[in-house]
Amino acid sequence: MATRVLIPTPLRAYTGKQEALLLEGKTVGEILASLTATYAPLKRHLYDDAGALRNFVNVYVNDEDIRYLQKEQTRVTDADTVSIIPSIAGGRS
Amino acid sequence: MRESGGTATGTEARLSRDEIRRYGRHLILPEVGLEGQAKLKASSVLLVGAGGLGSPLALYLSAAGVGRIGIVDFDVVDESNLQRQILHSTPYIGRPKLVSAKDRIHAINPHVDVELFSMRLDSENALEVLRDYDVVADGTDNFPTRYLVNDACVMLKKPNVYGSIFRFEGQVSVFAAPGGPCYRCLYADPPPPGLVPSCAEGGVLGVLPGIVGTIQATETLKLLLGIGEPLVGRLLLVDALTMKTRELRLRRNPACKVCGDHPEITRLIDYEAFCGIAPPAEAGEDPDAVTVTDVKSRLDRGEEIFLLDVREPQEYEIANLGGHLIPLNDLPRRVHELDSSRDIVVYCHSGVRSGQAVQFLKTLGFRKVKNLSGGIDAWAEEIDPEMARY
Repeated sequence: MATRVLIPTPLRAYTGKQEALLLEGKTVGEILASLTATYAPLKRHLYDDAGALRNFVNVYVNDEDIRYLQKEQTRVTDADTVSIIPSIAGGRS
Repeated sequence: MRESGGTATGTEARLSRDEIRRYGRHLILPEVGLEGQAKLKASSVLLVGAGGLGSPLALYLSAAGVGRIGIVDFDVVDESNLQRQILHSTPYIGRPKLVSAKDRIHAINPHVDVELFSMRLDSENALEVLRDYDVVADGTDNFPTRYLVNDACVMLKKPNVYGSIFRFEGQVSVFAAPGGPCYRCLYADPPPPGLVPSCAEGGVLGVLPGIVGTIQATETLKLLLGIGEPLVGRLLLVDALTMKTRELRLRRNPACKVCGDHPEITRLIDYEAFCGIAPPAEAGEDPDAVTVTDVKSRLDRGEEIFLLDVREPQEYEIANLGGHLIPLNDLPRRVHELDSSRDIVVYCHSGVRSGQAVQFLKTLGFRKVKNLSGGIDAWAEEIDPEMARY
């Protein structure tokens, strides 16, 4: 069983330019652990030094923010899509 | 939402015969009609930034007949803006964006009252500037201003039509609408400087701010007219490369520091400090920095300097100093290509990425590594005027 994980443009530099990955795991936490185990430099972009998800990176299961589900314990199936949505800055200049 | 809208301004918002001809295609829409068009005429929008996102916002909102448009900007038109900032044009290079914006808006629609704010929005002036407008459209490219605009809109209860872009990807939403979430509900904190690349570093497809800014303009008009379903509580994601859009649910966070049930932030704060941005240091003050003139004279003296270029291959192709190319993201796994006993000068486009590379190499024990202040762009400006700039 593998869940589809969508990688946003700013982080594709760390996943060999891939925009979607299939990863194993029963929860969002397990999926992200599998992601950062494969692509180690991604880890500091997703987690702070204390191991908590960073405040400028949100993780969604389908269209719902995991902060309003069971956070990293949120269970996923292969029918779900996990999205990583970091803050982006651009527009004026 | 509006204090000045409705019947109070009903008389002054009557449309002239000229205006009725101009707005005919709006007037025959049942959702707009004479009443809606008069609402637009009586309404006001503040645009924060007259750049990539501000361009389609200014063009479409003025064409649509928004009565009063305010613009905050302090920049001048640069040739490299014209790839995407369609409000501006070649004859205006070197002139203030506000002048260019005003001329263009009046060329499109002389009925629009344009108000110009030649300033950097900050904690001292933001509330005063935003207060007089019905809706704020945020087209900023930096986190301090984005959090400032968000917090000010929450405090003033002004809807904030937000857009942001990176490379081929955009985000759009409406924040600070009654009952809806704000930008801090989405992202409580900004990323530390350097962790997220800017458009100046990452590039952006010129048409992307056109798409995103046009969606912002659509949302702004819907809010002013009170029609449809605005993007309140929804984050729209646009990926121009796959041409897919997605929508994510946003919720007001009861623990949000500015719009939550027990807000901690009730006055505007120091947003530069909040975003971890220190005032820019002069090259002479940074012990890890060297100037282009210094490097040039050392090379002319025949000194052995190893130049490391940490930009992307497509940037290297435009112009280079003959440096050894290792893109910043590849540096950790390619660091064995470097000899830590040599004098190394690292450069990128403007000195930001190379600064990160220097800090990274120092943690690995490199002692003789310096950052070229101002990057290859400073080299082109001060040393080699023949070099292509981007």
